[in-house]
Formats: sequence, C-alpha cells, structure tokens
Amino acid sequence: MTATQAARKQSLTSKASNYLDERTSISGAVSFLGRKIFPDHWSFMLGEVALYSFVAILISGTFLTFFFDPSMTHVPYEGSYVPLKGIGMSVAYHSALDISFDIRGGLLMRQVHHWSALLFVASIGLHMLRVFFTGAYRKPREINWVIGFLLFILAMAEGFTGYSLPDDLLSGNGLAIINGMVKGIPLIGTWISYFFFGGLFPGTAIVPRLYILHIMLLPAILIASLGLHMLLLIINKHTQFAGPGRTKGNVVGSPIMPVFAAKAGGFFFLVFGAIMLIASLVTINPIWNYGPYDPSPVSAGTQPDWYIGFADGALRLVPPGWEVELFGYTLTIAILAPMAVMGVFLVLVAFWPFIEAWITGDKREHHMADRPRNNPTRTAIGAAGIIFYAVMWAAASSDLMATHFSLNVFYVIHVLQALLILGPIIGFWLTKRIAIGLQKKDREMVLHGFESGRIVRKPGGEFIEVHQPVDEYERWRLTSFDAYEPTKERPNSAGRITAGTKIRGSLSRWFFEDRITPVTKSELEQSKHDH
Amino acid sequence: MTAHENADATPHGDALDKIDTGSAVVTDDGFENPGFPPHKPRQTDLDPQKEKRAERQVFGWFLLSMVGSVFAIVAYFAFPITESDLGSVRLNNLFLGLGLSLGLLGIGFGAVHWARQLMSGEEIAEDRHLTRGTEATRARAVEIFKLGDEESGFSRRSLIRNSLIAALALFPLPAVFMFRDIAPKEDAVEAIAHTMWEAGTRLALDPTGTPIKADDVTIGSAFHVIPFGMDNHAHDYLDQKALAVVLLMRLPAEDLNEVEGRRGWSYDGIVAYSKICTHVGCPVALYEQHTHHLLCPCHQSTFDVTNHAAVIFGPAARPLPQLPIAVDDEGYLVAQSDFTEPIGPSFWERQNHVNNDEHVQVLGQNTEDRA
Ligand code: FES
Repeated sequence: MTATQAARKQSLTSKASNYLDERTSISGAVSFLGRKIFPDHWSFMLGEVALYSFVAILISGTFLTFFFDPSMTHVPYEGSYVPLKGIGMSVAYHSALDISFDIRGGLLMRQVHHWSALLFVASIGLHMLRVFFTGAYRKPREINWVIGFLLFILAMAEGFTGYSLPDDLLSGNGLAIINGMVKGIPLIGTWISYFFFGGLFPGTAIVPRLYILHIMLLPAILIASLGLHMLLLIINKHTQFAGPGRTKGNVVGSPIMPVFAAKAGGFFFLVFGAIMLIASLVTINPIWNYGPYDPSPVSAGTQPDWYIGFADGALRLVPPGWEVELFGYTLTIAILAPMAVMGVFLVLVAFWPFIEAWITGDKREHHMADRPRNNPTRTAIGAAGIIFYAVMWAAASSDLMATHFSLNVFYVIHVLQALLILGPIIGFWLTKRIAIGLQKKDREMVLHGFESGRIVRKPGGEFIEVHQPVDEYERWRLTSFDAYEPTKERPNSAGRITAGTKIRGSLSRWFFEDRITPVTKSELEQSKHDH
Repeated sequence: MTAHENADATPHGDALDKIDTGSAVVTDDGFENPGFPPHKPRQTDLDPQKEKRAERQVFGWFLLSMVGSVFAIVAYFAFPITESDLGSVRLNNLFLGLGLSLGLLGIGFGAVHWARQLMSGEEIAEDRHLTRGTEATRARAVEIFKLGDEESGFSRRSLIRNSLIAALALFPLPAVFMFRDIAPKEDAVEAIAHTMWEAGTRLALDPTGTPIKADDVTIGSAFHVIPFGMDNHAHDYLDQKALAVVLLMRLPAEDLNEVEGRRGWSYDGIVAYSKICTHVGCPVALYEQHTHHLLCPCHQSTFDVTNHAAVIFGPAARPLPQLPIAVDDEGYLVAQSDFTEPIGPSFWERQNHVNNDEHVQVLGQNTEDRA
C-alpha cells in the first residue's frame, strides 16, 4: 500500500465521521460516553444477562410474528403432525403447530423465545437480589430500583401473556385459573372476567387480545422503562465494591471504548449463543403433546413456567373453607388472601429503598456496594424474603414432591404451610448470626492478622502459631464500610415524640443494635500494644 | 490515575456539609485509602510470543464463528423438514441450532478473549460528582421556571390555568368509555350463572356425544359427560362446555351418605357432579375409586363423593354442585334440571343465583383431616 492510498483510506473514515458529525453533532455523544468507566465484578453481569436475553427475545419473537396467527376461529388440523390430524382446534394453536412442524427453524425460534424468556425473568430476579444485598438501591438509585421492579413485573406479564398464546391445553388451563381468580374480586370480579374474555370463558377474543398486549403494549412499556433504566445507570454511574484506590468519589474500571464495549458486546454473543445452544438441544413446551384447549381434559403434574410458580403455590397453601357470605354476597378469602399476601410482598420489595432510607435517616449518596455481611439485618431480611418466596414457589410442586418422595400430598402441604411462617423467621435469625460472625472474623483478621500456618516454640515451651498482619490493601477492603447506630428518639419542635419517631426508633434499634463497627486506627494501635 | 482520600464526593464544596448522615457513625479514626496497588502486567504484555498466540486464538474464534454461520445456512437446506416425519424436524432444529450457536459463541469468545488478553488491562478511575446539578445550574433552572411563569402568567391567570387543567383531565375520558364494548352487552352474571342442562337433557359421553344408558354405568366406573346434542362446530361450543361438563360416577348405593332433600338426585348409586372446581375452575378429574375421592390436579382440592362432594382438603371452599339426574323411558340418563346453583369458582353475586326453590344445601366441608 502506498502512502497516498493510506491517506485516502484514512480520509474515507474521517470523511464519513465528519459528514455525520456535521449533521448530528455525534462527536459530543462519543466524547461524553466513549470513555465512561464501568467497574468489573461477576455479579454486575447479571443485569447484562437480563438485557441480552431480552434482545434474544425480541429477535426470536419478531421471527415468530411472521408466522403466528392469533385467531381463535375453530378449524380442523391439516398440518403434518400425524397424531392431531383432523382434530378441531383454534387457528392460533394450528399456526403454533405449523411453526413447530412445517417451518424450517420455526421450532428452533420458538424454543429460543421460550428459553430466553425463562432466562430473562431469572436474571432479572438474580440482578435484583444482587442490588438488594449490596445496598446498591440507596440514594441516588432508589428510582432506578423502582423502575427495575417495574421491569420485573412487566417481564412476568410478558411471560404469562406469551404462555397463553398457543392456545394449547396448558395455556388454556392457565387462563381458566386466571378467570377463576378474577371472579373472586369483590363487587366487580364477575364483570372484569366478562370484559377480559369478551364474554364467557374461554370465548374467542382472549388470544388476539393477549397477542396485542404481548407484542405491542407491554413491549412498548418495557422498552421505554428499559431505556430509562439505562439512562439512570449512566447518570448515576455504577456502584463498586470497596478496594484499594476505590473511593466514594470515584469509579474504577474499564472505559467503554474499547475494553468494556468488547467485553459486553462479546458477552451478548455468549449469552445469545448459550440460549441458542440450549434451544437446539433441549425441547421446551412441546405443545403438540398437550393438544388443543378444551375445558374438560386435565393433565396432572403439569407445571406453569417457573416465575408463575409462587402465585400458584400461594393458592395451594390456603386451608379449606376460606369463604364468607356477607349480606348475600360472596367473599372468596381463599383467593383474596393469597393475592393480598403477594401484593404486600411485592409492594414491600418495590418500596424497600425508601423504607430503609427512612430508618437510617442517611441522606448521603452511596456509591460503594456493601458486602452483605456488613449490613446483617438487611441481609437477614433478604434471606427471609427469599425463603418466603421459595416456600410459595415450592408449594406449586407439592404434588410432584409428594409423588417423587412417595409422601402424602396433604402432609407436604401442611409442612409447607408451617414453613411459610417459620422458615423466614429461622432464616432471618440464622443469616443475621452468620453475617455478624463473619464481621467478627473480619475484625479479628484486621486486628490480629491471619494464621500463617507457621508454628513456633516460645521460650517458655508453649507452641504458638504466628499471625501475619494483613496488608494495607486488604485492611482497607475489610474496614471501609458504613456503620450505623440506633437513632435517638428526639422530640420534635413542639417538644413531643411522635408515633412516627417511635416506630422509626424501634425499627432502627432492631436494625442496628447488635452492630459491629469497622476497626479504627486507634483500635489497631491498641491491639499492637497489647502484644 | 488518582486515588482520592476517603471522603464523600465533594465536587460542589459546602453543599455537602449540610447533608444529613442520619444514624450513620461518622468517624475520623478510619484508615486511609492506600491507593491503587502496583499494576501487574499480563503474560501477553511481557512476552511478544504469548501476545502473538493470543492474537491467533482470537482469530481462531472468529473463524469458527464464520464456519458456524455458513454451516447454519447449509443445514437449513441440507436438513429439510419432510412431511409427517418428526425425525426430520428434530434434525433441522439440531443442526440449524448448532450452526447458529457456533456463529454466536465464536464472536463472543473471540471478543472477550481479545478484550482480556490484548486490550489495555489497566483500570482507570473516573471522578464522581453529586447527582444534583451544580448550584449555578439549579439557580438557572429556578430562574427559567420563574421566567416561564411570569411570561405566561401561569400563576397569575388562575382562571385560564385551572380551566386548562380541567380540560386536560377530561380529554382522555372518552377513551375509557370507548373500551366498554370489549365486553358484550349482556349481563355478565346472568351469562355465567346458567348452563345448557335442562330437564330431560340426556347425559352424553365427552367428546363423542353418545348418550349414556344407566345400565352401562358399572359400579366403580367414572365417565366424563357433556349434554347430549352439543354442536362442536358452534361458535360457543367451548364456552358452553366449560360450564356444563360433568363427572358421572357409580358407587355401591350403601356408600352414599345422601341428605334428605337430595335422595332423589341420584339414580341407583349413580351421581353426577360439575367437573369445574369450585376453587378457581380447573377441571376436577382424578377419581380415586377406592376412597371415592375426587382430586383437582391444580391445587389439590379433594372432594368426597360419598358426602355430596364435600371438600376434605385443599383451598376450595364449597362442594362441587350436583346435577340432579334420572332415567328416561328408554333407559338413558337425563338431567332433572339445570344445576341448582352456579358452577365453578365463587363470585361476588353468586348467592343471588342459587335456585332457592330447588337447591338443597349440604355441608360445605368435612373437617376430617387425612394428613
Ligand atoms: S382449581 Fe381446583 S384446587 Fe384450585
């Protein structure tokens, strides 16, 4: 290549950039974003998994819309799956079968869509847990937590509407359950069900309606919220774990251009590739085995998609007879109670950042991710929440557990009912003890060093193991965290202690009374003198 | 690279001193941040040969990706789907999928490997700033709002401001009403409170529609039943079926503990109950012959057929509604009437639709606990 050629080649890129910038001032965006720093930690990738599986959902879903027909018109089956030949079914189910059996790559895309949907909800859940246990929802990120929560709900709604579209036996049965739950709503339930299904259940309207929700309305809201979520991520910058050189005033990591872009971009292909691999090897939702929806047949032991399990399980844990008649009207507590419990649980999750901020009264910005042990009460609350969710979730498989372990299903339910109450309490207590234990170990390590494995004999004859002090980097990692003490209940300007102050005081005491504070310089000095 | 001391983000100076730390313990006795540890270069930074090798590996991954994508196109044609051959579907799925996976994973591994081994491995620090705007920006924002208010008279001209707010609040309302018609005009409660069964309707097998003779129902058997004469091409076939499905069982007559008013509802040990669970409406279809229990597969509600389908376990609160049956002169089983109460899950107005002249109340649940 001659020099002139090189120069011309050079100028082609720069010409193009110049052309663009003169029309879009894109150089501003590049200089603002190009070297933005993203810290590295494996747990920070969970949100990325969610984002990338969503892209996989969009791509595979777009393919499916070209072939899927959501009509509920009744037709005889004419496709190439022999066992169903001639059987009456909805066009929706027919076209879902066609996608599976008559279109090359159709089954693959269906499976990519389903697997990535499962991964999407799962990774959002794990991402939320990461954010929770590291306290990354604290100021200034409370709003982004709420948006993230909304995304979680939307993801489940997308999952459920999508599950209902093929109009197979299982999806119709899922809708039958929704119909029953909606009817349990006092006063307006009957009418809402009628409204929702466009008449009697199942009717001929529900699949096209869910389709519009599934491919237009919900994705539009989801994408908008996702955009907002990312925007706030950029504005607030990422949190980071404490470490040498990392302070509250900086963010340490790789710049977008080129390292983070390459890693994250590569990671997208890895996530999509992994989904594709699973989809080509493992069958999911074989709708042809279930047959078209019909209100009469049932199949025992079938499971909803995993993220609906907690709702299904909550319904199962209700003891018999929870229904009352009031002035001639029926109140179905058996449905209302689990709905209320799940509602309260979700509301607590959504508003948690504000609750914690109210208890601590801390108005500073927090950019350092907590190690879970350094906020034992929060970590314990998280553990209790996980157990509560997990018990409801497990209850959705009570029949499978019973058959699998040859237990009486009634017995399984009773055990789970007890666990739903006791599990979170025990889990809370245990987690808190463990976290405090780990904190004590950290203190010990900073004050007295770690065991070097070297045994020496003292002049007096006794053997001791030499403790080696931790280096300053490790010490910094172990001691830089926020500690809190219970608030004092101070009277307000009128000289009174309000009920709110009292509640806050007792919550604060519950949160912080058995706290462990980080080792200070003078403590370390002191311990050196003691030796 | 700069390492800041252990302090809050302090770009806008004294704004921070006023920030309330709540119940946080603030100490000046903490350790100082030691700053970044010395950077450790990677093998690829030190050894040009290793660097070359890493480069070749990245190339290898990208090459594999290209091979995968081309293979996927080949597989699309090489493994066609032949009609009625499930095996061909499986092969198409497998090889197309493997090709695409390779195409994706190759790019992924290659890019990540490139980033980790060959791009700069040094971490960079970027300063944070308080999220709020600077004092000057905030002051300007307030000023702009003030100007906007003054120039428009938004606060001053309260009449037009309030009427604008009212107009804006009202204009979306028609849209709400326009959705009314996604529900049919008929009364919802009426529609779900009745089924196709009426006096004299024959009981027929689901799904063939063959009527059932009482003699054909042997002791211990259970049948899935629909009303005779359902047209399975009718547009509301599934809707009607979802209301009318029935389970028919024959027990040894002495096993039935029938209450007074319902003795005439069964025929020679044959009883018929709605198949739709009173919990949230799944079909109840698991019949245990020895115990005469009906189990709902959805949430394990269990009904005791010997006691008018009383609930003995699970979240359902009411027994399954019973369909009063008899035999016509030709020996076929027929319904004596519609169900005397609404079938399926409970709803708010349910009580108003119990047929009080005909209905005979039975015990809701049996407290016997089998656990
Ligand atoms: S629907 Fe039958 S137990 Fe829930």
